[in-house]
Amino acid sequence: MSESLLALYVFVLACFIGYYVIWGVTPSLHTPLVALTNAISGIVVVGALLVAGFEQAGTGASVLGFIAVLLASINVFGGFLVTHRMLSMFKKKPR
Amino acid sequence: MELSVNTQAVAYLASAILFILALKGLTHPATARRGNFYGIIGMVIAVAATLFGHEVQAYGLIAAGVAIGAVIGIILAMRIQMTAMPQLVAALHSFVGMAAVLVAIGTFFITGHPGAVMMGELSAGVIIGAITCTGSVIAFGKLQGLLSGAPVKFAGQHLLNALLGIATLGLGVYFAMTGSVWALALMTLLAFVIGVTLIIPIGGADMPVVISMLNSYSGWAAAATGFTLHNNLLIIVGALVGFSGAILSYIMCKAMNRSIINVVFGGFGSGDETGDPSAGALAASRGVKSSSVDDAVYWMEDANKVIIIPGYGMAVAQAQHSCKELMELLEARGVEVKFAIHPVAGRMPGHMNVLLAEADIPYDRVLEMDEINPEFPGCDVALVVGANDVVNPAAKEDKTSPIYGMPILEAGKARQVFFLKRSMRPGYSGVDNLLFYKENTSLVFGDAKDTIEGMVNALKGSAH
Repeated sequence: MSESLLALYVFVLACFIGYYVIWGVTPSLHTPLVALTNAISGIVVVGALLVAGFEQAGTGASVLGFIAVLLASINVFGGFLVTHRMLSMFKKKPR
Repeated sequence: MELSVNTQAVAYLASAILFILALKGLTHPATARRGNFYGIIGMVIAVAATLFGHEVQAYGLIAAGVAIGAVIGIILAMRIQMTAMPQLVAALHSFVGMAAVLVAIGTFFITGHPGAVMMGELSAGVIIGAITCTGSVIAFGKLQGLLSGAPVKFAGQHLLNALLGIATLGLGVYFAMTGSVWALALMTLLAFVIGVTLIIPIGGADMPVVISMLNSYSGWAAAATGFTLHNNLLIIVGALVGFSGAILSYIMCKAMNRSIINVVFGGFGSGDETGDPSAGALAASRGVKSSSVDDAVYWMEDANKVIIIPGYGMAVAQAQHSCKELMELLEARGVEVKFAIHPVAGRMPGHMNVLLAEADIPYDRVLEMDEINPEFPGCDVALVVGANDVVNPAAKEDKTSPIYGMPILEAGKARQVFFLKRSMRPGYSGVDNLLFYKENTSLVFGDAKDTIEGMVNALKGSAH
């Protein structure tokens, strides 16, 4: 099986998982959902690390990689932290 | 220490599992915080596995980028007000979009002999990432009030978008076949332009759909990056995020009874409400009853149940904390108080819930539309705070209305309805609210926060 086809397998199965898991999220947590998915979409940092960390990269690629790492890091740190802040606010009535 | 490819792959799998569990945690507030921690651990593992892999050899730029990004991210997250969450989310989406573009272009430059398939995947990443980036910047502008909330329409708009789209795709195919750098540059530029032209015609209060849509795109951009880099973790995360945004967009559109095509291309809405000094006089001339704060309090203090319906107006006035005080005073008198949330209230999905949570209102008092609608007939008072279209019976009664067919909160079925509004100006849809003219409805004019604080003081004054 070619590499691209294998990637397609992974993508399709992941789509199914995504569909079923997201439908289970309670509406009251939709804003934290957007914030959390934002944080994990910061996973592009992995791609940025590969570009910025490439030893034989020219100046152009290195600069692009650096900026990408910076932007993705804002998403990761900011995203998880703001999600945590929001989720800490959801309380039940104290008995 | 350097990880073998297989070890790295196992680490990525662990990350993917943790991310899935993180999202699963959001099925209930009790498990949600734990879910967030799973997500954090997943990210740490993914980054560590990448740093210790054989591809990454130069660490200087990385350290600098992460350090600066972390500081900016932490400061933003700590200081943002919950009312501004939609803006923060829009800004973060633009960063992800841009990062995807830069990674795609950077990958092109460092890859010795990219094949056509890889360049095709790369094009997809650039196009989706660029649209996400500029689209989110425009969304941010509209939410922050830097740009007009009114839809910007001009003749030939759809034709322009179609041409831009075809040109961009054409350039993508050309680039994939030839590897031409100028084709790449032009394609990137056009994609950035499309992001602007796509979002600028959408009105400010359709932002819940726009934010969900851009959230989805940021996921697909990540997935495209994953295909380019042959990184399964990026593909998986991209699919999860992509579907999350897509499902939220679907829910929002259903809640407005408008199709996504209508929202994106329809140019709906007239912009945001502005104040009108002759509110009271205008109201009387149209046969609308207006009440004072004391009238409303008189009704509420002996009610069996009061249902409060918050809308964007409450967010703007920052009245959520006053609402909590009101709730406590009423509950002390034996009045049952609940909050009713319409799916598209606010400027992003679930926005009202977060604002109420911020005000320390227990989440079991906050109910969704389908849960709370059956309770309105048995309820003495419905208090509408800064919401408008979501309680407009025109959606059920007036076939010619632009909001016809939209599910609404049945506030009109309560014994008495009090509308807190700044003026007689129509809400976002530009549609007159038929509820104003009903026998059991009365308007209380003024800023939402001032009005509710007035109610709070009145209740404290007549304490028994």
